[in-house]
Amino acid sequence: MALLQIAEPGQTPEPHQRKLAVGIDLGTTNSLVAAVRNGETATLPDHDGQHLLPSVVRYTDAEPEVGAGALAQAAKDPFNTIVSVKRLMGRGAEDLKALGGQAVYRFAPADGGMPYIETVAGRKSPVQVSADILSSLKVRAEDTLAGELEGAVITVPAYFDDAQRQATKDAAQIAGIKVLRLLNEPTAAAVAYGLDEGAEGVIAVYDLGGGTFDISILRLNKGVFEVLSTGGDSALGGDDFDLALAEWFKDQLQLTDIDARLSRELTGRARWAKEQLSTQASVEVGFDLSGGGSSLTVTRELFDSLVDNLIKKTLSACRRALKDAQVELDEVSEVVLVGGSTRVLAVRERVEAYFKRAPHVNIDPDRVVAIGAAVQADLLAGNKPDSEMLLLDVLPLSLGLETMGGLTEKVIHRNTPIPVAKAQDFTTYQDGQNGMVIHVVQGERELVDDCRSLARFTLRGIPPMAAGAAKIRVSFQVDADGLLSVSAKELSSGVVSEIQVKPSYGLADNEIADMLKASYSNAEEDMHARSLREQQVEADRILISLEQAIEADGDVLLSAEELQHLQEQMALLLQLRNGTNYKLIEKGVKELAKASDFFAARRMDLSIKEALKGQSVDDIEGDV
Amino acid sequence: MAITMTSAAANHVSRYLQSRGHGAGIRLGVRTSGCSGMAYVLEFVDAVQDEDEVFEAEGVKIVIDPKSLLYLDGTELDFVKEGLNEGFKFNNPNVKNECGCGESFNI
Repeated sequence: MALLQIAEPGQTPEPHQRKLAVGIDLGTTNSLVAAVRNGETATLPDHDGQHLLPSVVRYTDAEPEVGAGALAQAAKDPFNTIVSVKRLMGRGAEDLKALGGQAVYRFAPADGGMPYIETVAGRKSPVQVSADILSSLKVRAEDTLAGELEGAVITVPAYFDDAQRQATKDAAQIAGIKVLRLLNEPTAAAVAYGLDEGAEGVIAVYDLGGGTFDISILRLNKGVFEVLSTGGDSALGGDDFDLALAEWFKDQLQLTDIDARLSRELTGRARWAKEQLSTQASVEVGFDLSGGGSSLTVTRELFDSLVDNLIKKTLSACRRALKDAQVELDEVSEVVLVGGSTRVLAVRERVEAYFKRAPHVNIDPDRVVAIGAAVQADLLAGNKPDSEMLLLDVLPLSLGLETMGGLTEKVIHRNTPIPVAKAQDFTTYQDGQNGMVIHVVQGERELVDDCRSLARFTLRGIPPMAAGAAKIRVSFQVDADGLLSVSAKELSSGVVSEIQVKPSYGLADNEIADMLKASYSNAEEDMHARSLREQQVEADRILISLEQAIEADGDVLLSAEELQHLQEQMALLLQLRNGTNYKLIEKGVKELAKASDFFAARRMDLSIKEALKGQSVDDIEGDV
Repeated sequence: MAITMTSAAANHVSRYLQSRGHGAGIRLGVRTSGCSGMAYVLEFVDAVQDEDEVFEAEGVKIVIDPKSLLYLDGTELDFVKEGLNEGFKFNNPNVKNECGCGESFNI
């Protein structure tokens, strides 16, 4: 029989109507699933009582193995055991080369950008590997909650771009999980502590995991979390603490000949000692060496001095993140600690000293992100009807499209709360233009080449019209997960074309931050480039229309002399147009316009005469 | 007329009450609904009503309205684990048949 959970007064759900929703922290090293039950939000353990599921999948002839079992086989079966797949999510084959040492797998030759890993069970994309991890968590959740999941909130790093978010959503879909929403990891941690119930303030989320460090500066304003900046180090974490201590062991024990096994042993002992020092002042570490047993005493002072430099590195990243966010240190109202390595007392003390306030530490830092996601999932599933909280995120980078001359026209600016929909009208550039390529880009720079290309599609069937007469409405829509769809509609004929942006490769961790920085440091250069392109577009426009006019009426309306003069002027402008001085181009365009005025006037006279041919004055008056 | 609770159930209820931070006890009840007529109610109690009957098991208050008590008299609330799933179970001697999942029942 079904087992019951305690509900809030007056909110017992109808039988068979309970909506089961979970929060999933899909991590690089470990993943977790959490749910609200009996008024309590908690992560769900597996049959062995383990809450953390190692994010490792091993492919075999039979069913894939996920978690601790797969991890144990990683050394023996490296090609079929996929670890840290999150680093590959939303990346193209090109990006993989940049990962360097990471790429121990056999990558299949990629077609269409998405990388595939060769395994004994066939080619696997990072999305499929993630889907296998999510499936395992789904089974655990459904066994624990005894029912089918309504949906899940899945967390992603704040710096994840569109491609990486879409890849995560695709993985969930393959695993048969309905994504209620993707939530930024730091936002989830803030929600777990109920910080979203506060009015407003700046929140620093310090996330030190096993192998990565992330700092996020969030601003809460009227229930909307805005990510002001992110920073960190993708190769700094608790593992480095272990290595520093293991190095000290080596020196003290005067070990010179160290093989891989001994090295692992030393790191393992170091890790154990580190964990002990979170609750006691000193620890005795025993070693069983070939030359006999030995032991060392590690005090907190000693350990703190060994990891001091590593902690300093994280604090300088905090300083940079605050600077990027243009926030003063004393504006930070809350500090949240995430990640197992924030259990190290020295980390807590130094973070507290740096931000000058006590960080939130009550929730297990390994589980806080999953717990925040579960709180949000419970809400989105409709289990708390009287709650008005609707948590919003913001767009990390501006979205726009390419206009003539390779310029970016921003349609939705960065830091706009999502979901959002915006439309902008565009027009045609040439007479009789019957199609328009819509090129969707993401980024802050003025030139399309410096932004990230997301999608390209064509609106066809625009009825023939003079340049500038067609009215094309391009609508951008970003859903609550930060995913974009774009549609274009020609208003007079109603032809529509649209696209769901599903890019096949993504940006590297720090690229978003770099793109933002580049937009500031290149502001002047960008402005010049924009002016140049604008004038080049102007020059092209007048050159093309003059050429067309000469072809049509040149022989009738122009003397040979006049024609030659015009052509000389045009050649001059073409020369200027290919240079880099936009002011000269602007002048050249004006001069050519002036020089060709008489020709335009004659053409106009001619077309009026044509129009009047065969009509009596009465007909014309009748029209007036 | 009485309602009881196993120690396992009492332990869990008091833990949940503690983590919730407030609440006078737990309310048991029935209401009409579901595929088989009646459904159980299991809720935290913030306010005890005048007409409510209150029982106690291992320091935990069990609150029930008089109408529900007719259907639940003699019930023992238990807390059980079935694989990964765990939760509360009504051992109700008055039930004649229940729907497949046990979320609703008939007397």
